[in-house]
Amino acid sequence: MSATAWEFLTVYWREMIRFVRFRAQLFSSLLQPALWMAFFGVAMSSNFDRFTSAVPVPAGVVPVDYLTFMAAGVIAMTTLFTSLFGGMSLLFDKNWGLMREMLASPMPRTHIMMGVGLAGMTRSFIQVSIIMAFGILLGVQFFPGFPAGRIVLSILGIFAFVGAFSLGFLLFSSTISMRLETPEGLQGIMTLLTLPLFFVSNALYPIQAFPPLLQALSAYNPLTHLVNGVRYFALGSDFFAVGARYTYTTGDVLFSFAYLAVFAAVMYLLARRTFQRAVVT
Amino acid sequence: MLTGRHGASRQGKGDMTAPCMWCRTRTIRARPGVRKVAMEEDDIIEVRDLEHTFDGVEAVRGISFTVRRGEIFSFLGPNGAGKSTTINILTTLLPLQKGTVRVAGYDVAREAAKVRQAIGIVFQDDVLDRDLTVWETMEFHGRLYALPRDERHRRIDEMLRVVELDGRRDERTKNLSGGMKRRLQIARGLLTRPEVLFLDEPTQGLDPQTRMRIWDYIRQVNRTGTTVFLTTHYMEEADMLSDRISIIDHGKLVVSGTPEGLKNALGEDVVYLETGDDRRARESLRDVREIRSISESPRGLSITISADGSHCLPRIVERVRGAGVGISSVNLKKPTMDDVFVHYTGRELRDTGA
Ligand SMILES: Nc1ncnc2c1ncn2[C@@H]1O[C@H](COP(=O)(O)OP(=O)(O)O)[C@@H](O)[C@H]1O
Ligand SMILES: [Mg+2]
Repeated sequence: MSATAWEFLTVYWREMIRFVRFRAQLFSSLLQPALWMAFFGVAMSSNFDRFTSAVPVPAGVVPVDYLTFMAAGVIAMTTLFTSLFGGMSLLFDKNWGLMREMLASPMPRTHIMMGVGLAGMTRSFIQVSIIMAFGILLGVQFFPGFPAGRIVLSILGIFAFVGAFSLGFLLFSSTISMRLETPEGLQGIMTLLTLPLFFVSNALYPIQAFPPLLQALSAYNPLTHLVNGVRYFALGSDFFAVGARYTYTTGDVLFSFAYLAVFAAVMYLLARRTFQRAVVT
Repeated sequence: MLTGRHGASRQGKGDMTAPCMWCRTRTIRARPGVRKVAMEEDDIIEVRDLEHTFDGVEAVRGISFTVRRGEIFSFLGPNGAGKSTTINILTTLLPLQKGTVRVAGYDVAREAAKVRQAIGIVFQDDVLDRDLTVWETMEFHGRLYALPRDERHRRIDEMLRVVELDGRRDERTKNLSGGMKRRLQIARGLLTRPEVLFLDEPTQGLDPQTRMRIWDYIRQVNRTGTTVFLTTHYMEEADMLSDRISIIDHGKLVVSGTPEGLKNALGEDVVYLETGDDRRARESLRDVREIRSISESPRGLSITISADGSHCLPRIVERVRGAGVGISSVNLKKPTMDDVFVHYTGRELRDTGA
């Protein structure tokens, strides 16, 4: 066993202990996405479906109801929230002096952020699984007519997108946490970021109806690319929802994934720089 | 001829074995517990002209000192003197700004990873994850240092026994008393068998019994060969524990030495003498050279002596008796670390807000 390759699992291990031990946090993180699905999804879908039922579905295209359409959005949104706040535990480490133990140890500092990143990713995977399972109970029609093998592949595909996206934002959140003094500061910054990220994306409604500027902007939004990936894997490459037709080519999806991977890589470099220079006493 | 040659060759042999003999004695002496004897040349910490500034605040203003392998070395000084700053630089938590620092043979600026591997730290405040158990706290630390699993678990058991926390291994650290928390941190600092253990104010805020217990652990750790560097603002702590002390004030070292040496060097032993006739007693002592001054106090004559008082005392008693004056009580007061501190800094440690 290599002496220095696996220590990030140490930080991961501790993060997961914290995750299951902070009961309130655990339950809210599991309940929140389910509540979104149950209330927002069910309430909005009756509205949207009424408006859009007038639009004729082109022949041969799978029609998708709003609840199913937005379930992908809820997956993306939950991943965004969880990841943006995932660095918070570093802020506590720093403020309670616990960071010193790690910084004074011979463990490479990149392992701290990778441990935190991996733990946040795991949390997102758990949440996404809950949303999918609960959503299907509520009537979300993911994987329409897919054979079993394709369902498995699709789930793996969704996890790959969620993983790349959450890693990027977790590293971003870790960087911010290392540079800030208070949890309130982090909360402020993250809240400020969430709104534009969320609304300038195709998470809850079709992008086609946006003004051109917002449409252009949303193409740069990692959340849009996450949603693309999730929808491609959950709904197929050609479907009709909320009065618009969606088609994804393999190229589109690969591009979206590459976009998220590059985003994560840039965030990794940023975080590494921050961690290597960090002085915490 | 033969004998001569023989003798010569024996001589040669003798020369060759001499270094080995020396080596052997050295190793024997370097064995845990006997280390202190002959390690003059073996400095485990070397600090030269260390300076550190925080946005204009000069926290450390040019200090140099060495710590010998196997000793307990203390930084004694009030709050804000620069003790933690120094410890943070020595443990690589703060970047080196100015000066040179070598710890365990490595340069802290260029070989930080090696320094980190060689040291253990007990931080000033209770730095424990409240929601981890005692055992998890140790496990986390051992994994940070990549100790192999079996060895790690064996050492965790051993260290928890040493600090008498093995009965509480599944307790969350938030439920431990102050003394237990400190003991856990000591156990954690020692888990990796460091060459040097750094302790920043190890007994701050603890009650006297707990403090004595922590002192026992520190001595025990030191007896097994670990060099101890500790900071404190408690006089008696530095006095009781240390082989050598440096007094630090306003970011500078004021004086260094053994506790006995520092106290003796003050030359301010005081003898209190209750006599039947103070005036005649004073007269009889007029020509004792070591006596610096005599005054009258509520405890009788107060005689300040510029040399070691315990050696002067018998002569003083003889003189006074010889003059036919009766003595009803004799008291010798050696200087305390308090006196040393006051002497070198011009103020009392407790006045400094420590
Ligand atoms: N991170 C910091 N930023 C600014 N000033 C600091 C910092 N840490 C310590 N200081 C200042 O440096 C001086 C020495 O502090 P410190 O080393 O903590 O002293 P001690 O440990 O002896 O109480 C103090 O004046 C303190 O206010
Ligand atoms: Mg301090």
